[in-house]
Amino acid sequence: MSGKFVATNVRNIPPSGIRKFFDLVLEMEGVISLGVGEPDFVTPWHIREACIYSLEKGFTSYTSNSGLLELREWISKSYKKDYAVDYNPRNQILVTTGVSEAADLAFRAVINPGDEVIIPEPCYVSYKPSVSLAGGKPVPVSTYREDEFRVTSEQIQKSITKKTKALVLSYPNNPTGAIMRRKDLEEIADVVNENDLMVISDEVYGKLTYDGAHTCFSSISGMKERSIILNGFSKSHAMTGLRIGFAAGSEELIAAMTKIHQYAMLCAPITAQMGAIEALKNGAVEMEKMVKEYDRRRRLIVDGFNKLGLDCFEPLGAFYAFPSIKSTGLTSEEFAGRLLKEEKVAVVPGDVFGECGAGHLRCSYATSREQIIEALSRIEAFLGSIQ
Amino acid sequence: MKEILEIIESNPKIPPKDIATMTGLTEAQVASKIREMEKNGIIRKYKTVIDWEKAGEEYVYAIIELKVVLRSRTGYDAIAERIAKFPEVVSVRLISGGHDLSLTVRGKSMKEVAFFVAEKIATLEQVQGTVTHFVLRTYKQDGDILFEKERSERLAVSP
Repeated sequence: MSGKFVATNVRNIPPSGIRKFFDLVLEMEGVISLGVGEPDFVTPWHIREACIYSLEKGFTSYTSNSGLLELREWISKSYKKDYAVDYNPRNQILVTTGVSEAADLAFRAVINPGDEVIIPEPCYVSYKPSVSLAGGKPVPVSTYREDEFRVTSEQIQKSITKKTKALVLSYPNNPTGAIMRRKDLEEIADVVNENDLMVISDEVYGKLTYDGAHTCFSSISGMKERSIILNGFSKSHAMTGLRIGFAAGSEELIAAMTKIHQYAMLCAPITAQMGAIEALKNGAVEMEKMVKEYDRRRRLIVDGFNKLGLDCFEPLGAFYAFPSIKSTGLTSEEFAGRLLKEEKVAVVPGDVFGECGAGHLRCSYATSREQIIEALSRIEAFLGSIQ
Repeated sequence: MKEILEIIESNPKIPPKDIATMTGLTEAQVASKIREMEKNGIIRKYKTVIDWEKAGEEYVYAIIELKVVLRSRTGYDAIAERIAKFPEVVSVRLISGGHDLSLTVRGKSMKEVAFFVAEKIATLEQVQGTVTHFVLRTYKQDGDILFEKERSERLAVSP
């Protein structure tokens, strides 16, 4: 009966497709999961120790709304070094409770009622609902295997109306593992300029690329003033549960986001902020080790799917493979559901990440090589049984 | 080459076909590279790490520090190599600091280890003094944590 109190725009958000699967898996034993969106590494010990030490020293208070200045300075330094982009640590960086918060803040800070936001799909599940909750209208754009799951400037151009305010980019991409080259981004930047748009670019997988370094969107000429870059420590330093991310952008946009953040969150947890400082100071070696290991697993799983006859696009970023199962004649949901019940392998149906993900599966290779090999042989058995 | 070594370092049993996939080499190339490294001694050997205690065998380990008087010309090598030949001695290292050599000795009992040190090591002409430390518990060896490993409690499916 209390359902009537729930606001309409919240009621209108469809239930999460992932949630349903999660409940199914919980009831089963002996499941190999390729359904996990986080690293299987534990946070490197030196980072955990920095967190512990900060607790011992009594760092348990609020920090400034924007986050510890030392952390913002390290973020600023790393962006200068990695991408040659200059962000002033005093007013162009905001430390948030994970990238999820940063994304929500960015949408709320820029969207007026009815504004349209272009969202290339398949993509992470939170953008659409966050845009809706902020009063905006999400405009999904499908990307395809033929384009290596990149959104093209022509596609964006076609989706622009008078009401278009912003474009979301999320590369390296969850769930496809697609990346963008500098040239692709430059073409998009032209469209953004010509149509006076702004860009919210979620680059949380930016450190996980396997064919050359990631290009930060704001490193494209003229884009720093038109973009909010979202990033965090969850994927690069295996810190998912510590919930620590950040946004970088122009002074005006960051100030607007900080306004919301100060009332909604006040500040990111200080323990995680201390860990993040350590990650940026001394985390490069461990991170490179993890990236190397992901790369090996990536090759194993992609090769495995292709050999099984499930056409798999070569992902060059993040830690997901996105094989097509169209050849089996099953829908993603049927395939994933039966694979779980019959062979106890959990994967996520591709259409959870947008309609155009239908006919695909998201398979995370953030799991041990042995598990990947075992999962592939179970999938092989499953494919044999449905023929 | 380094890539192959990194892959097999923690698990030599991984099949060449999987190494080939991970490195982008052919299976034949992987096999020939591994053979080559076995031949020229880069890969010295493959070893099995056994928990003897679990297998019902109890061993006692001791770390022995030695002070050595050098004979002219022969240097540390001669005495170190001589000590290394005892099967009871698991490792021999030349170290800096207050002592010269550090050994790890394995035996069936404290008594056996103590006798070995007293009779075979301390009696060597060049050995001036020994300090024996019995090992009470090993927490980490050769990069492997021996106490209960961390289990990350990840959600089975997450966005």
